Amino acid sequence: MSRVEHATRSSRIGVTLIAAAFVVLALAPFWGERQTLRLLAEVFTFVALASLWNLLAGYAGLVSVGQQAFVGLGGYLLFALVILLDVHPIAAILIAGPIGALVAVPVAALIFRLRGAYFAIGTWVVAEVFRLLASQISVLGGGSGISLPAAVVIAMAPSRQLREFEIYWLALALTAIVLGAIVALLRSRHGLALTAIRDNELAAQSNGIDVTRIKFIVFVLTGFGTAMIGALIFLMKLRISPDTAFSVNDWTAFVIFITVIGGIGRIEGPIIGTIVFFVLRQALADLGSLYLLMMGAVAIVVMLWAPKGLWGLIAERFGWQALPLQRHLVLTPKTEQPGGKP
Amino acid sequence: MQWFNVILQGVLIGGLYAMFAAGLSLIFGVMRLVNIAHGDLIVLAAYVALLVTQGLGVDPLTSLLLVVPIMAAIGYALQRGLLNYTLGDDLLPPLLVTFGLSIIIQNGLLELFTADSRKLQAGAIEIQTFQVAQGIWIGVLPLIQFAVAVAVIAGLQALFYKTALGRAFRATSDDQAVAQLMGLDTRHVFAMAMALSLAIIAIAGVFLAVRTNFDPAIGPARLIFGFEAVIIGGLGNMWGTLAGGVILGVSQAIGAQIDPGWQLLAGHIVFLAILAVRPQGLFPKVSG
Amino acid sequence: MPDPLLEVRAIDAYYGDFQALFGVSLRVNAGEVVAVIGANGAGKSTLLKTIAGLLRPKAGDIVFDSEPIGATPAFAVVKRGIALVPEGRRLFPSLTVEENLLIGGQSRRPGPWTLDRVYDLFPVLAERRHLPAPALSGGQQQMAAIARALMSNPRLLLCDEISLGLAPIVVRDIYARLPAIVAEGLSLIVVEQDIAQALKAARQVYCLQEGRIALQGPARVLTRESISAAYFGM
Repeated sequence: MSRVEHATRSSRIGVTLIAAAFVVLALAPFWGERQTLRLLAEVFTFVALASLWNLLAGYAGLVSVGQQAFVGLGGYLLFALVILLDVHPIAAILIAGPIGALVAVPVAALIFRLRGAYFAIGTWVVAEVFRLLASQISVLGGGSGISLPAAVVIAMAPSRQLREFEIYWLALALTAIVLGAIVALLRSRHGLALTAIRDNELAAQSNGIDVTRIKFIVFVLTGFGTAMIGALIFLMKLRISPDTAFSVNDWTAFVIFITVIGGIGRIEGPIIGTIVFFVLRQALADLGSLYLLMMGAVAIVVMLWAPKGLWGLIAERFGWQALPLQRHLVLTPKTEQPGGKP
Repeated sequence: MQWFNVILQGVLIGGLYAMFAAGLSLIFGVMRLVNIAHGDLIVLAAYVALLVTQGLGVDPLTSLLLVVPIMAAIGYALQRGLLNYTLGDDLLPPLLVTFGLSIIIQNGLLELFTADSRKLQAGAIEIQTFQVAQGIWIGVLPLIQFAVAVAVIAGLQALFYKTALGRAFRATSDDQAVAQLMGLDTRHVFAMAMALSLAIIAIAGVFLAVRTNFDPAIGPARLIFGFEAVIIGGLGNMWGTLAGGVILGVSQAIGAQIDPGWQLLAGHIVFLAILAVRPQGLFPKVSG
Repeated sequence: MPDPLLEVRAIDAYYGDFQALFGVSLRVNAGEVVAVIGANGAGKSTLLKTIAGLLRPKAGDIVFDSEPIGATPAFAVVKRGIALVPEGRRLFPSLTVEENLLIGGQSRRPGPWTLDRVYDLFPVLAERRHLPAPALSGGQQQMAAIARALMSNPRLLLCDEISLGLAPIVVRDIYARLPAIVAEGLSLIVVEQDIAQALKAARQVYCLQEGRIALQGPARVLTRESISAAYFGM
């Protein structure tokens, strides 16, 4: 008899640390200032977005530079549901997920006809189409955008402070759910297939893995998650416009840089990358386009000299994993049966 | 008659789109690299032309004499110094490095030139038209631009199939290792291909800059137009790319005629439609 | 005794972490035909690729015409005068027969081999000069691959398994042209699985087994038994 185990010593430490961090973060409204809460919520959304992009590109090999399509879709769904259909914002966020998945289906059907880098540009075209369509919807502000009605915002909670707590906990919860879902997926049978695809797609295919089907599922799931987080982001921003909703810089460039610097193809990468990104952002204050320029240069350097990112360097050097995702076989000793049979 | 003119305009701008596409498809053909920074390099060429025309007081078409070699040199250096190191079996490095490059170029131009809209002045030729037939007028500049696009594509075909350099491109694209056995330094061959691509980009950039206002952010849209022209036309076929550009241009022109806000959408929708029903493009060459 | 044209001294060659050659030494004198035989995976192609510069040896040297070429990249090795006819022919599919030959002459080394000379040696290629390379039969492709290598006017020609996948009569036809090539002053290393053909064509024979030289000697002296032993390591 034998069984597959996922945990290692480093992952037990990692899970403990992450659980501890989660408790500390959940209690943040009691120890943190207003600014801190806003910053942390922003950090959470980027961890979620980057983790989703990492799942898509780092594991499934689908490099998309058009995920802003789903971020914007989620944002516009939130505004549409809240303003036009009187749906509660939190419910709207939860509805945005499935609708994002539904939209991802025909999108995938179209752009899966493209390969490699052409697929990437195809995703960009889709995002552009969404942006142009959004500008045509006049009830949601057309090209100039629209703000969330004050009445809706006030109805969320009795006081401003409670509202901010509510949004903060929502961000933390959604990010934890997204990360949890990703870990669960990677620990499953499909996750094993994904890891195989990540390591060597051709070999995975010749071992009987239906690569296209798995990629499709991952694309749809990522659309689900990204749309949901997008809805959350624009609830936090309180205002939406086609240019901000579908911004390549905000939702793709930063996300890609975070994941590349943190480490593609490993679940810990986006978390590390987001921390580095925000530390740099705080440290370098507002340098505007120079900041983006530097990020681009750093990403290029990392891609060429440390393609597995910061976490990749650490993990390979020490053999660590922060979350229990490895698989190793544990053999249990056989007991002797009477009669001499093993 | 008005519709005829609309379509004619679309055909002529299709030539410009085909030029955007030609450089992109050349690089993909020779080294399987898709340069995400392609559109931003077109904009870079426009700014280089701006500096040359302002600095030397020449007109845009003359500035090409300097802009083309400058961009070609940039292309050679870029390939030798950076992009050659990203080539290999893995898809991620070239894609992410050229994406990073795109961000760097956009923001670098933003820092140097601000987000102000610019335009190159070509003088009287910009508004000159001539009458081809009853009620049908063609702009001189659009026509020149289309003719140049056709010439560029014809030139590329000739280069690829009738010269030693073209042979080297095709051989290196077929089999990099054996190409080296022929005495070809593939690092140099790739760099020459990139230099050629940027030379074409230079021409396209100057024509773009004369035709319309430009600013550092318009690069990605040009990449998308070039990409759509390649996919509509079919991979591996330069004349197909011209057809793809024309179809895109005409779609946009018709869209704009229906409603100005629909110009870009119309092009994207035609692209997606062709992707849906004929993903290999309209005139694909069977190639790897 | 004049210096050998090519001397390979105790080279180790790797594919990544996998070692394919262990301290292999070999020499080729001017005007000589040397055969390298061995089972599949013994390292024969690896040896030729290393000499041609596609692989870099991690230990040992390679000296050609008194110049060290161990660290020289493939495109420069051709210019020194070594040409490889790769295993599996590997003509350029996008090019015609003639274009394949022309690109063989890319390095522009001076010498007797021109398009005309090569068409004289292989008239069947002249008849098909404008056809795309994949349109040729296996034997014709092999001739084209040899012709392409000759176009660089090498002093040493490396032939990697030119009999592979070809009918015996075609193989005999191709091997019949080799003496004409040697007469022009070329030296040859012939890698072969067809031992009989190799022994007939070559003066010296080396037998590789799992990356090591297991046997070497003049062709007419080696016995079947000693070769089998070396080939299969029995």
